[in-house]
Amino acid sequence: MLDVHLPGLKLKNPVMPASGCFAFGAEYSNLYDLKVLGAVTIKAATLAPRYGNPTPRVAETPGGMLNAIGLQNPGVDEIIRKELPRFEENKVPVIANIAGSEMDDYVLTAEKMSQQSAVNALELNISCPNVKHGGITFGTVPEVAAELTAKVKAVSEKPVYVKLSPNVTDIVAMAKAVEEAGADGLSMINTLLGMRIDLRTQKPVLSNLTGGLSGPAIKPVAIRMIYEVSQKVSIPIIGMGGIQNADDVIEFFLAGASAVAVGTANFVDPFVCPKIITELPEKLNAMGVSDINELVGRSWKK
Amino acid sequence: MMQEDMRVLAHEEIADQIFKLKLEGEMVQTITEPGQFVHIRVGGESQSIAPLLRRPISISSADPSTKTMTLIYRSGGLGTSLLSETKIGEKIDVLGPLGHGFPVDATPLKGKALVIGGGVGVPPLYGLSQALIERGVHVTHVLGFRSAKDVFYQAEFEKLGRTIVMTEDGTSGKQGRVTDVLDSVDFDAAYTCGPIPMLRALEHAITEKPLFVSLEQRMGCGIGACMACVTHTTDPNDAKGYRRVCCDGPVFKAREVELC
Ligand SMILES: Cc1cc2nc3c(=O)[nH]c(=O)nc-3n(C[C@H](O)[C@H](O)[C@H](O)COP(=O)(O)OP(=O)(O)OC[C@H]3O[C@@H](n4cnc5c(N)ncnc54)[C@H](O)[C@@H]3O)c2cc1C
Ligand SMILES: Cc1cc2nc3c(=O)[nH]c(=O)nc-3n(C[C@H](O)[C@H](O)[C@H](O)COP(=O)(O)O)c2cc1C
Ligand code: FES
Repeated sequence: MLDVHLPGLKLKNPVMPASGCFAFGAEYSNLYDLKVLGAVTIKAATLAPRYGNPTPRVAETPGGMLNAIGLQNPGVDEIIRKELPRFEENKVPVIANIAGSEMDDYVLTAEKMSQQSAVNALELNISCPNVKHGGITFGTVPEVAAELTAKVKAVSEKPVYVKLSPNVTDIVAMAKAVEEAGADGLSMINTLLGMRIDLRTQKPVLSNLTGGLSGPAIKPVAIRMIYEVSQKVSIPIIGMGGIQNADDVIEFFLAGASAVAVGTANFVDPFVCPKIITELPEKLNAMGVSDINELVGRSWKK
Repeated sequence: MMQEDMRVLAHEEIADQIFKLKLEGEMVQTITEPGQFVHIRVGGESQSIAPLLRRPISISSADPSTKTMTLIYRSGGLGTSLLSETKIGEKIDVLGPLGHGFPVDATPLKGKALVIGGGVGVPPLYGLSQALIERGVHVTHVLGFRSAKDVFYQAEFEKLGRTIVMTEDGTSGKQGRVTDVLDSVDFDAAYTCGPIPMLRALEHAITEKPLFVSLEQRMGCGIGACMACVTHTTDPNDAKGYRRVCCDGPVFKAREVELC
């Protein structure tokens, strides 16, 4: 009922934690068996280690949060050595999120990551709003995104999902550009660029000034974008942005997603992913749906 | 670490905007050190989405025999104001116990400890002092507050050992800052929690004896996964170069990390 097959990913259910909200799984594996998850999307890897931005790195907003972590990670080699072995035994599909600041970093990182047996697919993060160079520029200019996608596809041994930024005027143009460049799937959406100002200090709350907005507040934006894009591309979409429960998952499927990722909600309820996976069959039964794949794009399909 | 809906056994205002919250549940049995904290989801039952994030609050004291723990917090912002409306008998969604607390064994058995708190940094020191006394340690407390209306737990601390209360405006105890009285106290190890300027002054003043500081930082997950709460190590050659306050801390050796 919940099985979903996507390029490189045979998922027993379509629910996975979103990149950056689950680190490399170690912490959450103290709480529950990661095998219950459809897949795990691990934190962005960059070629060299990155410390990230100064704190404060997070700020709460109505129905959401801003983050400016700045892609803190120990670098691709260290991740391969220290973090991936956890998944060799675990048998849960892994999507490795890749970030960079230059074309070449992305390509080298993607190449190394895609060669790992524990990794089932790559997620190309062309949309991180929190790094000064790269990231966002790759995510806002369709030609640049397409060029990067093609270069990564050329070296990757695994399917490549491109994670789109919502901070663009024409999301469909971006999606089509990376599809034409060879992307096997799309992940959407990353965070929306935002800011909060402290009334006491009269300065921005985050030391990075701006941050990425996530959580329930962005769900309508994600739904709208997936609704628009899924009608114009033929590659599958992993949907994310504010998912908190099984009803939200169903809404994403109706919009056109073929799987979903849960980010911020893990901080609110660390057991949210297993809870959603348990709730989904009941919800589908109540809807008279025997296979979740039937729901994909139902909101626009004739 | 576990997530539990804990029952509110008592809840009262003990100083200006300072609330004492007594919770009951199985989690209490899993607390290992004084200075650990819990991550509280406020208004989770109400189905409202604000405030979204959990709030970190120190465990002030715990009693495994009755499965109860006490938290002391200042109500001010969105989440803590909502929390202060919780009634006796209601349940609160708590994730914990989290982090590493104060090492009581840094003070030799029957030795002398100095415990220094400032404002809402005082609560975790109460459980610490209880644990030190169980080891036969002689504890001196120096507690700093802004003004008389902010003072709490003075009598409780006095029962455990010598307690010097300081206020900035002199309306209660001695006027001045906690660092003003350090010379008058003999100790083997010191422990502190409070505002950054106070921690900074203490790291400066106490260099010959072991000192442990408890830090605050904005948090997301509270369990080590999101990297919201990091602070740099002072040692530039440290293998990682950073620590996560939520799980490597919140208690650190003095000068191990940059005070954030
Ligand atoms: C390990 C730890 C232990 C703590 N123990 C205590 C305690 O025992 N008693 C007590 O009164 N306070 C304690 N604090 C501080 C307490 O977490 C904040 O006062 C509280 O989160 C503020 O929430 P709010 O809803 O009042 O404010 P809001 O302004 O609504 O908070 C907005 C966001 O900022 C965060 N935030 C605001 N102030 C702080 C702060 N000082 N530290 C960390 N996050 C903050 C909130 O968690 C929330 O995510 C502790 C903090 C940490 C990190
Ligand atoms: C703290 C934090 C860190 C994140 N780090 C990454 C990251 O490293 N790579 C990435 O592609 N997305 C990252 N994201 C974005 C999420 O994967 C997700 O796209 C976004 O938060 C929307 O989903 P949500 O509303 O469920 O959180 C991060 C989000 C948060 C809140
Ligand atoms: S709060 Fe998430 S890592 Fe510390």
